[in-house]
Amino acid sequence: MAETVLETRGLTRDFGPFRAVDGVSLSVRRGTITGLIGPNGAGKSTLFNMLTGELRPSAGSVHLNGRDVTGLSPDAMFAAGMGRSFQIPRPFARMSVLENVMLAPLAQIGESLLGPFLSRKAMRAQEDAIRAKALSVLEFVTLGHLADHPAGKISGGQMKLLELARVLMGDPELILLDEPAAGVNPTLTGILIERIEELNRQGKTFVIIEHDMDFVMAHCDPVIALAEGRVVFEGTAAESQSNPILLDAYLGAMSDD
Amino acid sequence: MIGVLSYLVFFSTVAAILSIAVLGLNLQWGNTGLFNGGVAAFFGAGAYGTLILARPAQEAQFGGFDIPYLVALAGGMAVAAALAWVVGRLTLRLRHDYLAIATFGVAVAFENVMRTTEWLSGGARGVRGFQRPLQDVIGAGLTYNLALLAFVLVLLALTYLFLERLVASPFGRLLRAIREDETAARSLGKSPARIRLTAFVAGSAIMGLAGGLYATTYAFISPQDILPILTFQIWAMLIVGGAGNNRGAILGAFTIWAAWTSSGWLLSRFAPSEAQLYTGTIQYILIGLVIVGMLLWRPQGLFPEKLVVSQSGRTNKPTKAGSVPS
Ligand SMILES: Nc1ncnc2c1ncn2[C@@H]1O[C@H](COP(=O)(O)OP(=O)(O)OP(=O)(O)O)[C@@H](O)[C@H]1O
Ligand SMILES: [Mg+2]
Repeated sequence: MAETVLETRGLTRDFGPFRAVDGVSLSVRRGTITGLIGPNGAGKSTLFNMLTGELRPSAGSVHLNGRDVTGLSPDAMFAAGMGRSFQIPRPFARMSVLENVMLAPLAQIGESLLGPFLSRKAMRAQEDAIRAKALSVLEFVTLGHLADHPAGKISGGQMKLLELARVLMGDPELILLDEPAAGVNPTLTGILIERIEELNRQGKTFVIIEHDMDFVMAHCDPVIALAEGRVVFEGTAAESQSNPILLDAYLGAMSDD
Repeated sequence: MIGVLSYLVFFSTVAAILSIAVLGLNLQWGNTGLFNGGVAAFFGAGAYGTLILARPAQEAQFGGFDIPYLVALAGGMAVAAALAWVVGRLTLRLRHDYLAIATFGVAVAFENVMRTTEWLSGGARGVRGFQRPLQDVIGAGLTYNLALLAFVLVLLALTYLFLERLVASPFGRLLRAIREDETAARSLGKSPARIRLTAFVAGSAIMGLAGGLYATTYAFISPQDILPILTFQIWAMLIVGGAGNNRGAILGAFTIWAAWTSSGWLLSRFAPSEAQLYTGTIQYILIGLVIVGMLLWRPQGLFPEKLVVSQSGRTNKPTKAGSVPS
């Protein structure tokens, strides 16, 4: 398989006169945990939203495994093998944690109006398999004991684990996580990192937006830095620490506030 | 004695018919989060559709197809579904309050069209000439009304069972996910637009069934029967019963219909004669108070929605923590 999972060319997004992402060309190597860093407002989440089809690029293109997927809808992106979490978690609040996870598998037999009536047996068998897998994925992210709780009533950190679990049900090869550790207590962060590294060993590629430099230093390689919508640095996490352009960008963003 | 029994039969028939409409709304709002502010239009489409298809030939009136009753009833549902499909294609991109306003407008327009198209709907006088099925065999008395009640109850049961199985299926899960967070559902590979339209059309077809049965019961339908108050009544029933719970929808329909009819009777019986003129208005206010009170003190309704949990199916032993899902 090709080295590169994901590639962007000149990816740009304008909000009115404001250019949030400005000609980003980058590539993500298969099997890496790539860190995406940069000050607040650098355009990281906007970039994610273009990669996952949530936002249409104003210019440029996105390629997944060499295939041009620019402008595909989010559901098509998930089907194409790209899963994501959100900076602010989006649980299906009034559904159980288990149901949140059972939703995700693609092409479920009972997902049409008449499916539950016309293919009852096949649907039941598939439901049993999905339920079993969902419970094991929930155990994997240590949420097994919360399976029957409403997803809106678990902690913010648990919601981040839940989002990871949902994504895993679709078995994507590339997983984009937007600030998975932000606002999460150290215990849960530890679990999350362990799980990410375990999945990475199994071959999944991650792109992780993260502000916590200790996290990035310890777990991300390579690191890509954005500032004011542009890529200002690519290299190892350690190098990024001493990069003058990046330091400037962070200082600049701080004095802007 | 016979009088009371007849009345109870009649009351139950209407309440069961309204229950069917509330179940349709529950599919749309309770499960999918679609705010249909024009229930009366889809109810009306089923009512007019059924009667117009089934009525005998009449001078200057569209119809006279000699269609068997059950086919006409299904035809009424199809008319409601078709209306919902068109409205849905045009409005489902509008979320929440906008959808509510747009569908409310559709209901007002529908009532006006029915009021003015004499050749089709009989205009303000309503659809006449319809003969209730099997009436010449059974006769028009209490026996007939009991048979009609049984027929309506069978359809209510079928609708209930259909929806219960539906919401317990992956389709129901999808509806709830779209209700809770469409963006998240899309990010997990689902396409909400199609599903929303499906739920809207199916729910409206069910309202159309209710409309068809209602018109059958009275052997008549007119614009007076599909005023906005009907939409409010159906909504009150769902809110009181419990959005997201089909048993709650039925309980709400019976409760509110009992409250509505008894308040009407009490007002006409005991209110001072100057107030008699305003009976309808007072009932409107009462129903408004019930909706507001419920939303304030028990927003989940009498029967709240139930969480789908792991024990609902056959239980599966989760594998050991830390093992890798495959
Ligand atoms: N929908 C939008 N409309 C207008 N401006 C937007 C929109 N979304 C983002 N922006 C702007 O684009 C810029 C980049 O935002 P983005 O959320 O991508 O930053 P970020 O790098 O993820 O920041 P943070 O680290 O704070 O999450 C910001 O200035 C933001 O205000
Ligand atoms: Mg962000």
